[in-house]
Amino acid sequence: MKFSLKVWRQKNKNTKGGFEKYEMKEVSPDSSFLEMIDQLNEQLNTDGKEPVTFDHDCREGICGSCAMVINGRPHGPTDGSTTCQVHMRSFKDGEELVLEPFRAKAFPVIKDLMVDRTAFDRISQEGGYVSVNTGAAGDANIIPIEKEVAEQAFNAAACIGCGACVAACKNSSAMLFVGAKVSHLAAMPQGEPERASRALGMVRKMDEEGFGHCTNQLECEAVCPKLISSENISKLNKEFSIASLLERKSS
Amino acid sequence: MQFDSNSPKGPIEDQWTKHKFDLKLVNPANKRKYKVIVIGSGLAGASASATLGELGYNVSCFCFQDSPRRAHSIAAQGGINAAKNYQNDGDSVHRLFYDTVKGGDFRSRESNVHRLSEVSRNIIDQCVAQGVPFAREYGGTLANRSFGGAQVSRTFYARGQTGQQLLLGAYGALNRQIKTKKVTMYSRHEMVELVVVDGHAKGVVVRDLVSGEVTTHSADAVVMASGGYGNVFYLSTNAKGCNVTATYRAYRKGAGFANPCYTQIHPTCIPVSGDHQSKLTLMSESLRNDGRVWVPKKKGDNRKPADIPEDERDYYLERKYPSFGNLSPRDIASRSAKEVCDAGYGVGPTGLGVYLDFADAIKRMGKETIAARYGNLFEMYERITDENPYERPMRIYPAVHYTMGGLWVDYNLMSNLKGLFVVGEANFSDHGSNRLGASALMQGLADGYFVLPYTIGNYLAGQKPGASDNSPEFKKALDEANDKIKKLMSLKGSKSIDYFHKKLGKVMWENCGMARTKETLTKAIEEIPKIRAEFWADVNVPGDSDDMNQSLEKAGRVADFLEFAEMMCMDALTREESCGGHFRLEHQTEDGEAVRDDENFCHAAIWMHEGDDKKPSRHKEELKFENVKLSTRSYK
Repeated sequence: MKFSLKVWRQKNKNTKGGFEKYEMKEVSPDSSFLEMIDQLNEQLNTDGKEPVTFDHDCREGICGSCAMVINGRPHGPTDGSTTCQVHMRSFKDGEELVLEPFRAKAFPVIKDLMVDRTAFDRISQEGGYVSVNTGAAGDANIIPIEKEVAEQAFNAAACIGCGACVAACKNSSAMLFVGAKVSHLAAMPQGEPERASRALGMVRKMDEEGFGHCTNQLECEAVCPKLISSENISKLNKEFSIASLLERKSS
Repeated sequence: MQFDSNSPKGPIEDQWTKHKFDLKLVNPANKRKYKVIVIGSGLAGASASATLGELGYNVSCFCFQDSPRRAHSIAAQGGINAAKNYQNDGDSVHRLFYDTVKGGDFRSRESNVHRLSEVSRNIIDQCVAQGVPFAREYGGTLANRSFGGAQVSRTFYARGQTGQQLLLGAYGALNRQIKTKKVTMYSRHEMVELVVVDGHAKGVVVRDLVSGEVTTHSADAVVMASGGYGNVFYLSTNAKGCNVTATYRAYRKGAGFANPCYTQIHPTCIPVSGDHQSKLTLMSESLRNDGRVWVPKKKGDNRKPADIPEDERDYYLERKYPSFGNLSPRDIASRSAKEVCDAGYGVGPTGLGVYLDFADAIKRMGKETIAARYGNLFEMYERITDENPYERPMRIYPAVHYTMGGLWVDYNLMSNLKGLFVVGEANFSDHGSNRLGASALMQGLADGYFVLPYTIGNYLAGQKPGASDNSPEFKKALDEANDKIKKLMSLKGSKSIDYFHKKLGKVMWENCGMARTKETLTKAIEEIPKIRAEFWADVNVPGDSDDMNQSLEKAGRVADFLEFAEMMCMDALTREESCGGHFRLEHQTEDGEAVRDDENFCHAAIWMHEGDDKKPSRHKEELKFENVKLSTRSYK
C-alpha cells in the first residue's frame, strides 16, 4: 500500500513545530500503524534525517503509551483500539494520513508526537487508591462482592490512562479518566472509607493541572480505546457533589 | 568463587518463619536515615517501592516509561496463582511448591520456592484489600481458573487483564507513598551504570530521557526490578522497551548472572506474518482451559479447518499427554508445536502454526460463556489477524515470552554484590528452567510486598546510613556512561540500530531458540562478535545526546544485548543436558522428551565478568532436592 503522510515535527516544548510531508511505499496491509511509522523511521534514517519521536511500548493495547491523533481522531479510525492496534488495512490505498500529538494545555509536547502526561500521575496521587499498608489485609474471601458489582468495577478499572479522552475533548477535560478511577473504587466496599476525600482530591487536582470542564459532548467516550462508559462521568459528578456537601456541613 | 544460598536450616515448612525471626531489624526511627534506589516500576519494583516507603525508608524509584503504570507487567493476561484452596480441590502450600519445583524441571532452589508458595496467599489478600476487581462467583466469593502444569484450580484473574489490575493496585500503593514524599519517582529515566564502592552497591548512573542529562544517585542499597531480557531475540512478546541493560551493567560490575540460557517460549502466540513485524502478541494460556490444540493428520492439508473431519485431526497434546492434555506446561506445549510444524503438519500461510479450537467448548457451554471468559482475547486476535475465532480456530505458534535466568541472588534476594537486591523476573531463583503459567505475577509481588521488605533490613542494619556520591567510583561510572554515549553518537555509520537488532535476533532464534545443539550454539558464538564489531563500526545514531533521543536509547540497549547474547549461548553450550526451556537436541529420549543430567548439571550456572574481550568465568551453586524427589518430569 502507499500513503502520503503529514507528520507534526517539533524539536521540543520551547520550539515551534510544523508539518512535514513524507511519501510511503510498499506498506504491508498487515502492518500495525506503529510498524508503518517504524518503516518511515528506517527510511528517514537511511536519508540521514532524524526519526519521528513517538511513545509506544507494549504494542498490544494495554500499556497506554501510544498516543497520537490520526486524521483528526485520537488513536485513529478503529473503535475501541489504541494506535498500536490499528492496522494499515483499515485505510484506503493512497490515503493521506495526518499525524499530530495529543493537544491539551495539561499535556505539553515533549517532541514530535510525544507529550507529557504526568498530570495524570499527579491526579492519581491525590487519592486514586485504597490506603492499606502491605500486610494489613484480612482473608480475601471475607468480604463477598456481588459478581455484578465486581464486573462494573472492572469495566471502570480497565482505563489505561492514555489520555485520548482529553485529546478528543474541546475543553481538554479529564472527567472520563478521573471518573473511571473514582467509580471503580466507589463501587467496591474497599473504597468506601475514602470515598469522599478521593472524589474531592482528584477533581481539585484535575482543575489545578489545567484540564477543562465537561460539557457533556461525550467525544471522550467515542474515542476511548477501552470503551469506558460516560456513566462514569455521571457517577463522578454524584460522588463529588455528595462529598462537597459533606465537606461544607462539617466545616 | 563461592555462591552460598544462605538458605535457612531445618524443615522447609518452618524456614521462612524462623528466618524472619533471625533477620536483623532496623529501628523504626532509624529507617528514615536510609535511602534505597529501586530500578523499575513493574509489579516487583512498584510493590517494593511502596512497601519500603510504608516502612519508613526513603525510596527513589526509576522507570524508563513516562509513568510507572506502564511497566510491562501490565500486559500479563491470564492470572496469578495462590495456594488458597478456595475450590476445595486439594490444593495446599506444599502442592504449589511441588508443582513449581517440578514445573521448573528441578533447576530452582527449594527454599525460595517454598517461601513463594507460602506468601502467595498473602498476595491475594493484599490485592483484594487494594480494590483489585478480581473475577467473582455469583455468591460473591473469588473465582479461579486452571493453568498449565497444575491439576488444581488456583489461578485468580481479572478477565484477561490480570497484570494490568494488579499493577494498577501496586501503582496506587506507590502513588500513596509518592504523595507522602517517602518515594521520589523518576519516570523517563534509564539506569545506565551501577556504582559499586568497596564491594557494595551504592548507587546508579541514570540518563534523563527528556533532557539527556546524565546524573549519579547514591543510596544505602540498590534494588533491581528491571525485568527480563527476552528482547535479545528481537521478536518477543515483551514490550519494545524491555531490555537487559540494568542487569547486564550490574553483571559487568561484578554481580553473578545465573542461567542466562533459560528462556521461556510461550506456546500460544499469534504467528509471525511478515518482515514488518515489530513484536509478537501473546494469547493467554488460559485459552488452553477450553481450547483444543490440533493439526491435520495429513501433511500440507490446506482445506479450511471446518472441512477437516474429526478423524483426520491430530489433537497431539491430548494424544501424547493424556493426563494434562491441552494444559501441559509451556515448554512441552511449545516444543510439541515446533515438532509437528517441523514435520510438515503446520497450518497457515507460513506453515508455522497450529490450531487452537473452541468449537467444542462453544457447543458445550454456548458462545456467551466463552465470550465472557475470553471475549477481549478473541477481539484482540481478530483485530490482528482479521479472522473470527468464534467461527474459525485460532492459529498459534510459540514465541519468546519470559526469561527464567537473571542475576544470581541468595535466599535474601541479595546478589553476590553486597547491597544489590534483585526482585521479580530480573532474578533467577524461583522458576528453575521453566516457569509455570500465572507464576510471574505471583513472584513479582511476593518479592516486592513480602520478601524484600524483610530481607533488606537485615543488610541495612549492618550498614551505617548516609549515602553520598562523593567517592571516585561515582565519577568513574559517570565518565563511563558519558563515554559510551559519546562514542555511539560519533559513529555516524550507514546502518540503522534495528538492522543490527534484527540480525542478532535471527541468529539467536535460529541457534539458541526452542531447540539447541552444540553445532548451532558454536555457530552463534562465532556470529555474534561479528555483528557486534559491525555495530560498533557502522551503526548510525541520529539526533543529539542532550535531547529526547529514542534512537540513542535503543542503541545503548542493543549494544548490551550484543554482548549479553554471547554469554547466553555459552551457557546453553556448556549445559550438556535438556531441562525445561533449555532443550538440547543431543539430549532427548526416543519419543522426544527432555533428558536431564542430574549427576553433572544439578546446579545453577553463574557467570562472572572477567574483563572486556575475556571469556566470563562459570561458577556453580549446587541445587539440593530434599523435599521434592528428583524424578523425570512426566505429564503423561
